[in-house]
Amino acid sequence: MTLNGSAAIAGVYEHPTRKADQLSVLRLHADVACGALADAGLSKDDIDGYFCAGDAPGLGTATVAEYLGLRLRHVDSTECGGSAPILHVAHAAAAIAAGRCNVALITLAGRPRAAMAEAQARAQAAAAGAGGKPARPALALKAPDPDAPELAFELPYGPATQNLYAMVARRHMHEFGTTSEQLAWIKVAASHHAQHNPNAMLRQLVTVDDVLASPMVSDPLHKLDCCVMSDGGGALIVTRPEIAKSLGRPLVMVRGTGEALKHAMGGHIDLSYSAAAWSGPRAFAEAGITPAQIQYASLYDSFTITVLMQLEDLGFCAKGEGGRFVADGNLISGVGRLPFNTDGGGLCNNHPANRGGVTKVIEAVRQLRGQAHPAVQVKDCRWALASGIGGALASRHTAATLILERL
Amino acid sequence: MRKIAKPLVLPDTAAYWQAADSGRLLVKRCTRCGEHHHYPRDICPFCLSEHTEWCEAAGTATVYSYSTMGQGEAAYTLAYVTLDEGPTMLTNLVDGSHWCIGQRVRVVFAPSDGGPAVPMFTAI
Repeated sequence: MTLNGSAAIAGVYEHPTRKADQLSVLRLHADVACGALADAGLSKDDIDGYFCAGDAPGLGTATVAEYLGLRLRHVDSTECGGSAPILHVAHAAAAIAAGRCNVALITLAGRPRAAMAEAQARAQAAAAGAGGKPARPALALKAPDPDAPELAFELPYGPATQNLYAMVARRHMHEFGTTSEQLAWIKVAASHHAQHNPNAMLRQLVTVDDVLASPMVSDPLHKLDCCVMSDGGGALIVTRPEIAKSLGRPLVMVRGTGEALKHAMGGHIDLSYSAAAWSGPRAFAEAGITPAQIQYASLYDSFTITVLMQLEDLGFCAKGEGGRFVADGNLISGVGRLPFNTDGGGLCNNHPANRGGVTKVIEAVRQLRGQAHPAVQVKDCRWALASGIGGALASRHTAATLILERL
Repeated sequence: MRKIAKPLVLPDTAAYWQAADSGRLLVKRCTRCGEHHHYPRDICPFCLSEHTEWCEAAGTATVYSYSTMGQGEAAYTLAYVTLDEGPTMLTNLVDGSHWCIGQRVRVVFAPSDGGPAVPMFTAI
């Protein structure tokens, strides 16, 4: 069964907040759900399928469905980190094609930034009470799962997201001669786009020199090679093409979908490619188009190296050519060959709940509808791609590729 | 100095940590397909055979990739090293500051915070 043409994205919404001091995680999920429903012109009672991942609290699908008063006949809580909403679009299309639901809601939301500030304030208050120096709170991550056997062979060595991705960058430099200057161009392009987004966390234009002069976080990745940490979220409404057509809005069709998982493979580590090398060809085959036909790409940008890897693995350039491909503004809308992340992406705009998947789909839909900021809108954008890497590029991750067409 | 988190010892990895604590690096090998794997498990991830055995590794390896994070005394180097037996493992490079991909390294053992010693690698 092909998913090409089985569903359309009828509604999208990105929460404007980047620091949710007074909003709970569930309120954020509810806000984005309401926003996407309004965008689609549908009501709560139209929703019969719901999709969320590990960022939803409690029992996930049940907790959010209860809060929103949803009556559902199809739920899916596939958890694969930040790529989940992109993969959920494919799962929703499959469920629609199988007759399991008609209108699917996908939400992603979180408040890691506010939670971090709250933890810091608590630590300071506790230290003031004890008369000592405030302790630095740990990142608000879930406690390690004692049943995950790989962790015993990783946690003693201090893997952080930054150094795991940095090892991929280092290896790419070694194998292909990629440079820090080339990686910096990815951030430069993102900043060119973010300057037009009033909600973006980082709106200042940066240069290659600015990136190289920013503090080294984990060699060879600088601070400006890393995405922002932000609160907020986003939601998508996926529905039958005939329902989408009846809503009187630009029709954005699901044309190609691919998912793939890469892990440490028993110790056969090869950091030169990602799972997108497998998910991408599946999506292009289903869509029946080639990378050269894509006019706009939303590429997961947890780090600059993540973007470079997807460009190569999805076939926008040959393996090892990513550095040369991104240089000289080739990702800047109106300037280069492949406009990417025209909202500013995770590098400058938003990485809600430490997950960048939903915003990737949202900006792709904006481009296809002609609703991106005029300064970054791709002219007559018919084909767009959204790609996600959830997990860690250097150890285990799930790639999701989505190809969309505006009719 | 960074505290080395105590590794969680599970039934199928107890032998690995017991050996590490006495200064020996073990690697799992499948007697059916002959492949070595890491991290170690009872069941071979290549052929799903239950016939896996512990082998003592030579303790020498080649740096596959690395990254140093943090400043001053807090700095530490995460790395993948490829054991001479084949598998690549996550580890730290210690007692040095100039590393390069392809460099030969050998195993050393660092005490963890209340658990068994943990294999790390240093320049040969």
